[in-house]
Amino acid sequence: MAKITFITSDKESITLEGTSGSVMQLAVDNGISGIDGDCGGVCSCATCHVHVAPEHVSKTGEASEIETDMLELDENVSEYSRLCCQLEISEELDGVVLHVAQ
Amino acid sequence: MSETNSIDKTCVVIGASHGGVNFAFALRKEGWEGKIILLDKDPVLPYHRPPLSKAYLTSEDAIDKNLLKSAESYEKQAITLQLGVTVKSINRTENSIALTDETVITYDKLVLATGARAIIPPIKGIDQAKNLFPLRTAGDVENIRKALQTSTTKNVVVIGGGYIGLETAASLKKLGANVTVLEREERILARVTAPIMSDFFQELHAKNGVDVLTHKNVVSICPDSNTVSCSDGSTYEADLIIVGVGIYVNLELAKEAAIVIENGIKVDETAKTSDANIYAIGDCTFHFNPHYDRFIRLESVQNAVDQAKIAAATICGKAPVYNSIPWFWSDQYDIKLQMVGLSTGYNKVLLRKEEGDLQKFSIWYFKDEELLAVDAINNAKAYVLGTKFIKERKLVDPLKLTDPTIPFKPLNLVKDS
Ligand SMILES: Cc1cc2nc3c(=O)[nH]c(=O)nc-3n(C[C@H](O)[C@H](O)[C@H](O)COP(=O)(O)OP(=O)(O)OC[C@H]3O[C@@H](n4cnc5c(N)ncnc54)[C@H](O)[C@@H]3O)c2cc1C
Ligand code: FES
Repeated sequence: MAKITFITSDKESITLEGTSGSVMQLAVDNGISGIDGDCGGVCSCATCHVHVAPEHVSKTGEASEIETDMLELDENVSEYSRLCCQLEISEELDGVVLHVAQ
Repeated sequence: MSETNSIDKTCVVIGASHGGVNFAFALRKEGWEGKIILLDKDPVLPYHRPPLSKAYLTSEDAIDKNLLKSAESYEKQAITLQLGVTVKSINRTENSIALTDETVITYDKLVLATGARAIIPPIKGIDQAKNLFPLRTAGDVENIRKALQTSTTKNVVVIGGGYIGLETAASLKKLGANVTVLEREERILARVTAPIMSDFFQELHAKNGVDVLTHKNVVSICPDSNTVSCSDGSTYEADLIIVGVGIYVNLELAKEAAIVIENGIKVDETAKTSDANIYAIGDCTFHFNPHYDRFIRLESVQNAVDQAKIAAATICGKAPVYNSIPWFWSDQYDIKLQMVGLSTGYNKVLLRKEEGDLQKFSIWYFKDEELLAVDAINNAKAYVLGTKFIKERKLVDPLKLTDPTIPFKPLNLVKDS
């Protein structure tokens, strides 16, 4: 089980608990504003963009090549950007804070 | 009508898939306070369709791993979701709809998100064929999985070499089936891509042990042996037959209500139909695309979602305008295809390869100087760059574009002007 905190663009902080599946699915199931997951989680839509809190990058690891490429020309990209459909929920993510991209 | 006073009003949505579901949630988000009633004849909680022929088909997952929204989300947003109900007619004078069980529901705003259904072509013997399935719904996937499990020969014939047929072929191969794809045209994906892409996918399937045969016009299916016969006399034994030859738009409801139809339900740039209280979104619409300056019909999640948002904002009194560049994807084996733009009308195609990786390239479609569309194979960089160039109508330098030693950066590839 992992506790995952989302901070939306309106600065609302929501902490959810997940056991399996992707972080995108957890967010969509709980109606986190700004995470749409239109492609169902296959890195095609970039509607699941989050910025990992810098101190938590060790929990999530680095973005994969396709994530970086998909976000390269995004106005809001940062070195902490991830497509959260690519983040599998596991113990390692416990306590992570994710800022939903604009 | 000021929609800030929507509290006593009812918005009825016919069709709870990518279009209808996204619309219902967008309508709440835009501030609609009245009722939202979302109806679908499919009994299953609304799900993502694209994975049906891709990852979902090969998984053992139940559909609840593939939902558009959780059951609680509808409750939380006070969206009344009624599944397993079929709308029979629209009464525009009474502002009401009727279900097949004769229930009548009145609306202030009505949204048609009725999408499309698979074509079952009039092939001789098709009605008696065994284990013959289209692939459009979660129920279809369940039937296909079951039939494959109980099949001893695992011989599958897929009729139609479009994206859905090819994806299904790749997925069933992965599940251990012997798959043959029969395509009537001289090449697969003939309507939607350049020959070079058709060749690539043809080879990809061959490499993975799937026979993709072209010039194969299926004329009959023998009811006893389930053998599929083509006009050239060739025959293929099949335990399962998958039909992927295209779709019919679900426009009967609109047509009977005398809403304007033209290759789909005709809507303006706010997704409104010829009736000011009725909107239409998604696969069922024939809509104007400002960038390409013409009316089009699209079968894509992007269009369903974008039109859903436009219709919701319009109903809530905002004045948005649809202006999207279409995008689409397809996953087959370890290949990810991402497409952006509309290639129709192209007169030039450029191929950009990437150094050291034959499985990574992109096809750029031009009409004279204008970039119309990009097909990117395992190449998200090309896809996002293409999106940017198309949107901004940038002129691309053909020599630089096709030179793999020049890195894929916007400034490297546009023409000096
Ligand atoms: C196997 C498959 C793979 C696909 N892959 C991709 C892909 O990779 N990328 C992509 O962008 N798109 C893909 N698509 C297309 C995409 O799924 C559609 O564009 C999208 O589903 C359109 O959404 P929609 O809401 O407009 O219509 P639909 O999804 O067709 O939904 C319409 C709904 O309306 C309901 N309905 C219709 N008439 C009535 C009635 N009278 N009463 C009650 N309910 C009614 C139907 O039951 C249905 O649920 C794929 C489609 C399929 C089938
Ligand atoms: S859900 Fe589409 S990219 Fe993550």
